[in-house]
Amino acid sequence: MNGAQDMGGLHGFGPVEPEQNEPVFHADWEKRAFALTLAMGPPGGWNIDMSRFVRENRPPAEYLSMSYYQIWFAGLEALLKERALVTDDEIVVGHALHPPKPVERILSPGDVAQVLYRGGPTERETNTKARFKAGDTVRAKNINPLTHTRLPRYVRGHLGQIERVIGCHVFPDSNATGAGENPQWLYTVRFDGRELWGEGADPSVTVSVDAWEPYLEPL
Amino acid sequence: MSGHDYHDHDHSELTETQLRVRALETVLTEKGYVDPAALDLLIETYEKKVGPRNGARVVAKAWADPAFRARLFKDATPAIAELGYAGRQGEHIVALENTPQRHNMVVCTLCSCYPWPVLGLPPVWYKSAPYRSRAVADPRGVLKDFGVSLPKDTEIRVWDSTAEIRYLVIPMRPAGTDGWSEEKLAELVTRDSMIGTGLPKQPKDLK
Repeated sequence: MNGAQDMGGLHGFGPVEPEQNEPVFHADWEKRAFALTLAMGPPGGWNIDMSRFVRENRPPAEYLSMSYYQIWFAGLEALLKERALVTDDEIVVGHALHPPKPVERILSPGDVAQVLYRGGPTERETNTKARFKAGDTVRAKNINPLTHTRLPRYVRGHLGQIERVIGCHVFPDSNATGAGENPQWLYTVRFDGRELWGEGADPSVTVSVDAWEPYLEPL
Repeated sequence: MSGHDYHDHDHSELTETQLRVRALETVLTEKGYVDPAALDLLIETYEKKVGPRNGARVVAKAWADPAFRARLFKDATPAIAELGYAGRQGEHIVALENTPQRHNMVVCTLCSCYPWPVLGLPPVWYKSAPYRSRAVADPRGVLKDFGVSLPKDTEIRVWDSTAEIRYLVIPMRPAGTDGWSEEKLAELVTRDSMIGTGLPKQPKDLK
């Protein structure tokens, strides 16, 4: 979706302001929101692309006025409510009012280290052949889906070169809607800064995105 | 909206958000979906164990050990796993080599993807609108915000982490460090130098 999360090239946000000796978390609630989000992955049954979509799927003004962990927390609430794991009345009173729904498994303390160490690899076996090879010139398609996509607006319609064939990976555009992993070939595509930002742009800059094959067309 | 306002907002609604998070944790715990001890362990892991010191060890080893360096640039994920770092948000890592000709910088314009096993959780600025909007369009301007200025003819190569590939910048080894141990070299490696918004410390900075 063309939401506020797709920020590449937007103006007006001001300078980057690094914080000296920054703590990992800035408030206790951030720690809990972070941990709840990770811990609810196994019982919740959603995937990372669904999580990203519920975070970005809100009015731009709202997205831009929320901090990172506020967005995470709002996304978690949305996923829980969608699946009726938690209901509005329970959130209001802060207690369970209805019997729990059966869940496959919960994250136990003994599993934490192993679950984190394993992570969620997205590369998949395939018997298809990659359509592009390193050095090929491609155009990023002009697509504007209302659903989740990982092709940022600032590269759409622009010409780039395939720098690397990464492998066959879970396709977020399918995975986010529940349509399955639908693995597709993934490439690193490099764009000249002037192709993206115009003739006046810094000629020493190149920018790459990692783009799945359905995002690309041959020239 | 400036970056400053964006950050301050974190605190202005703290009370309401704090109450809401606490309420949800109670509901989820009462329903048996989460074990609070697992939550504590998750927090402790990212506060105490996983952080940029991991990445600094990787970089120091790449500086000191040519065979490791070769494995790292060939396929970073197993090379980094040799040091025990792997997993969530680092399932597929690529190491990027800075050279006198090329400087690499990493961003995630669409959310805030970041190589957790080697750098820990991202700092606020990495997740902020100023960085995500400008890193791909004006990387030299962003470097200036960090007090970094590179020669005009150095190629600036920006990597937007739009998939599940996570990027770790391997900065250039500072001069005057011949014969240093990996432990001492690691002290020169800053978090920002592994994102590409900074440079490593120089030997004089350690004194």
